[in-house]
Amino acid sequence: MSELKLMKGNEALAEAAIRAGVDGYFGYPITPQTEIIEYLMAERPELRTGMVVLQAESEIAAINMVYGAASTGKKAMTSSSSPGISLKLEGISYLAGAELPAVIVNVVRGGPGLGTIQPSQADYFQSVKGGGHGDYKLYVLAPASVQEMADFVEDAFDIAFKYRAPVLILSDGLIGQMMEKVVLKPQKPRWTNEELIEKSGDWAVTGKKGRERNIITSLDLQSEKMEARVRRLMKKYEQMEKEDLRFEKINCDDAEYLIVAYGSSARISQKAVELGRAKGIKVGLLRPITLFPYPKKALFELADQVKGILSVELNAGQMVEDVRLSVEFKVPVEHFGRTGGIIHTPEEILEALEQKIIKNGSIRHHKTRESSIL
Amino acid sequence: MEVSDIIRPENQVFCKTKLMTNTALSYCPGCGHGTAHNLTMEVIDEMGISEDVIGVAPVGCSVLAYDFMNIDMTQAAHGRAPAVATAISRLWPEKYVFTYQGDGDLAAIGTAETIHACNRGENIVIIFVNNGIYGMTGGQMAPTTLAGMKSSTSPYGRDIETMGSPLKITELIANLPGVYYVTRHAVHTHKHARKAKKAIQKAFENTRLGKGLSFIEIVSNCNSGWKMGPNESNIWMEENMFPYFPLGDIKVDGILKK
Repeated sequence: MSELKLMKGNEALAEAAIRAGVDGYFGYPITPQTEIIEYLMAERPELRTGMVVLQAESEIAAINMVYGAASTGKKAMTSSSSPGISLKLEGISYLAGAELPAVIVNVVRGGPGLGTIQPSQADYFQSVKGGGHGDYKLYVLAPASVQEMADFVEDAFDIAFKYRAPVLILSDGLIGQMMEKVVLKPQKPRWTNEELIEKSGDWAVTGKKGRERNIITSLDLQSEKMEARVRRLMKKYEQMEKEDLRFEKINCDDAEYLIVAYGSSARISQKAVELGRAKGIKVGLLRPITLFPYPKKALFELADQVKGILSVELNAGQMVEDVRLSVEFKVPVEHFGRTGGIIHTPEEILEALEQKIIKNGSIRHHKTRESSIL
Repeated sequence: MEVSDIIRPENQVFCKTKLMTNTALSYCPGCGHGTAHNLTMEVIDEMGISEDVIGVAPVGCSVLAYDFMNIDMTQAAHGRAPAVATAISRLWPEKYVFTYQGDGDLAAIGTAETIHACNRGENIVIIFVNNGIYGMTGGQMAPTTLAGMKSSTSPYGRDIETMGSPLKITELIANLPGVYYVTRHAVHTHKHARKAKKAIQKAFENTRLGKGLSFIEIVSNCNSGWKMGPNESNIWMEENMFPYFPLGDIKVDGILKK
């Protein structure tokens, strides 16, 4: 049955993984996500559900263990933080190329390099623009609460198996480390091997009992076959855009100004919207829940209604590019963000909205930019 | 009497195992990979485990092993086969899981995955084909390239001072407590191939008994990469590779040979 608990985001995600009937978790310690593997090791899920938890020798080994597990049709996941995710990207590209379902969690910290262990959203580009080599995308879920850290595990596996594709949960050090109340779903049983073969027996490598052999590979030395594989992937991404786009609109109905923010920035921006409304500024918030697919159409439509848009991110300006692309220069779009692990306050966000958008609202400098591009 | 009257199933005394597909091998004529593939598949066939075996192919010449081995296989990233096999074996403990890897894959880029899978004593079989060179990319220096041996990235011969010594990873692995069986073989003659086959069989028996990790090195030739004819390369292998990589058991039933 469901349970109400006070938990850290990382712990809630770990508990939700056990309850979602995940078969295998393979990880490596890195701050600020280490509580995930610590929680799993302490909980002994091998006794609760038979779930395998293994500490790998590196992030590289961990993602390749996920690849092996996913090859056999099992529900496999790993988690890490930014530098560790960089190491996993080769394996993530292989998962996408070999069309394997798996879930990867990134509890983002500041970068580049070893960076800082404090929260950041500087892995946006890496998450939605490919990251690893080749033509692929990840379905990216961005939780904004401890509740979503828990809920998105099952959602991520549903998508991963619907499309046979890797799914990324893009969290950050703030959501991972903070404590909130969370409703945990009841335990789902893990698939039996028979159920798994029934579900994935047409592609998974489980031993070729009663069928022709299955092969998992991302290699096509014949160009035509490789192009067909890429086209197959692109088709999946198109379908994701049609069927599995997720976003949330807050106070947008009468909005004259818009903030776009995801994850922890969306949480803080929601407060900024309240402060703005109290001052009489008609501001709304669009929160992309999936970063790929991206709510392009919703933004394009809102651009006809609002006078300007502020993209609020814990980075030096990444998602703002997608906001601009979505609104096609119809309105000014500016970025506001802090880096280095500093978290913006609602007051700072409101001030940035007033300075960068409301004050400059009459100057349509993006129009000028558009004409200079054309 | 026509030829077709003679070539009939009842007259056949020897044939290719059905666990090798009819796809033409991508290996160079004279290369040992084909024999190593064949022996592995014969063992799996004779043990009757073909429906319970999952193989992991590497990156390198044998990247296409799944085209030739008629069993369920997954193809791993370069060097990561032991990590891939680890997860498969952990989640399907009743299956027979093996990796088939070359020297660049296993002993250079994948050293960490190799050592740690061995150290954890994963219940898998690792078949390691060591030909002292990167064959797939056209003959570059490998971790096992012999001292003084020429390759396209050691054109004046491997200089120990600057390039290090050839890595005896098999001896290194044998010292890890999690490893149950370590042996080194060759497949260039019938006699050697028969011994290698027995070793492969013992390795899969170890998996059946849950004994942990079995590691079989096959010292092989690479006539293309070594720029030699097949026969010449086999003679060179016996004269140069075998003294540095001596054939025989290194660890049996968990006990190191003296």
